[in-house]
Amino acid sequence: MTFLRAVSAITWKDVRAELRTKEILSSVIVFALLCVIIFNFAFELRVPDMKMVAPGIVWVAISFAGTLGLNRAFAIEQDRGSLAGLLLAPIDRSAIYFGKLLSNLLFMLIVEAIMLPLVMIFFNLSLLTGPHLLVIFLGTFGFAAVGTLFSAMAVNTRAREVLLPILLFPVLVPVLVSGVNMTGGLLDGKTLADVASGLQVTVFYDLLFTIVAYLTFDYVVEE
Amino acid sequence: MAQATETLRVPPAAARQNMGPADTALAALTVIAGALVLAAIVMALRVAPDAAGLTPDETAAQRIIYLHVPSAWLSLLAYGVTMIASILYLRSSQRKWDEVALSSAEIGLTFTVATLASGSIWARPAWNTWWTWDPRLTTYTIVFLLYVSYFMLRGAMEDPARRARFAAVYGIFAFLSVPITFFSIRWWRTIHPVLFDAKNFGLSSGMAPVFFFGLAAFTVFYVVLLWHRIRLEQAIDEVEALKEMGGY
Repeated sequence: MTFLRAVSAITWKDVRAELRTKEILSSVIVFALLCVIIFNFAFELRVPDMKMVAPGIVWVAISFAGTLGLNRAFAIEQDRGSLAGLLLAPIDRSAIYFGKLLSNLLFMLIVEAIMLPLVMIFFNLSLLTGPHLLVIFLGTFGFAAVGTLFSAMAVNTRAREVLLPILLFPVLVPVLVSGVNMTGGLLDGKTLADVASGLQVTVFYDLLFTIVAYLTFDYVVEE
Repeated sequence: MAQATETLRVPPAAARQNMGPADTALAALTVIAGALVLAAIVMALRVAPDAAGLTPDETAAQRIIYLHVPSAWLSLLAYGVTMIASILYLRSSQRKWDEVALSSAEIGLTFTVATLASGSIWARPAWNTWWTWDPRLTTYTIVFLLYVSYFMLRGAMEDPARRARFAAVYGIFAFLSVPITFFSIRWWRTIHPVLFDAKNFGLSSGMAPVFFFGLAAFTVFYVVLLWHRIRLEQAIDEVEALKEMGGY
């Protein structure tokens, strides 16, 4: 099986399984929504303009909901023993990483596709422009790249789900900081060129850590 | 194969009664490191000239630089050693590299706490605040959190080989993220002006020798600590092996 076919087979497997049960998407979408609403209660009466806190709310909701989704994705594999099956298959181990990365990325993008219009409505903002979507996509990719690897680690520990945010958030800081500031800058009326430094940081982060994750995934899943 | 009446056969290392050459070398180096650090402290407190143009409180506090900067430098050196040892462990699966990685990370974390504490103590008279979110401090806090997470990961795993592998992977990610974190936060700070200037490390000609002597003394101190800690980790391994042999 060629590498690309293996990757797409794994991604499609996850997508099909999710379409049947919808167990990840439904809970993660509801959680993201609840996050946004709770932040509204947290800030609304004390902040003069909700636009000031909207970028932070968006990225925190993405982070928390994303962590929830990542946990479920690998926990399902673990609980049903299907990870062992994947490891026995005659494919490159890194195909498992990329297949899982793409399915996690896809799920997160779907969650964001539902969450962002709602944020727009709640806070009366415009978030669906090209630059915004690019910024959110790049940040989500970095999140999924590192998160897929770390969730493969976290699921094998005693603490399981609780450990993933502890491992993930410090490493994810560049993505979050750049994401919040790019989104904020764009909301303030800047162009993509003005936030180019943030784009550079995020793209560099995405490339570097996808490569490092690809190189180290083998060591994480071997028995 | 030990019979019930025989005593346990202990590994040669644990049965050493006399000091071998490595032990003597470590003992000597420990004494040297102790003397160097003591000298560095004395020089920092007494020999180094006062900084110019500061209030009396700040003048005294400025001497923290001789402790604060070496601690920061050593913590980052220690984490770099952890990353290199992690890479070597993944490639060779030799337990010794995991011991080096773990020991260095622990020492690094201690120096990180020392840096944060000493910096905060300096900041109070100098900036009139215990803390500020300027890029260096923010990045350094993230560094602290990264290595706390490193130890939480290690603590959450039981199988030694797996624990070593996972910790090695995390050690690599953690160190690589440090420069990127710094750049992302620094860019953020150019948009929102920093309230306080970055500490001015202009060293007058009188201060520089004291400073660099202190830096060298602390580096020797780090090597000694690392060596002792690795030996401690090896002793822990031997105890575990003995426990297994004895059926505990």
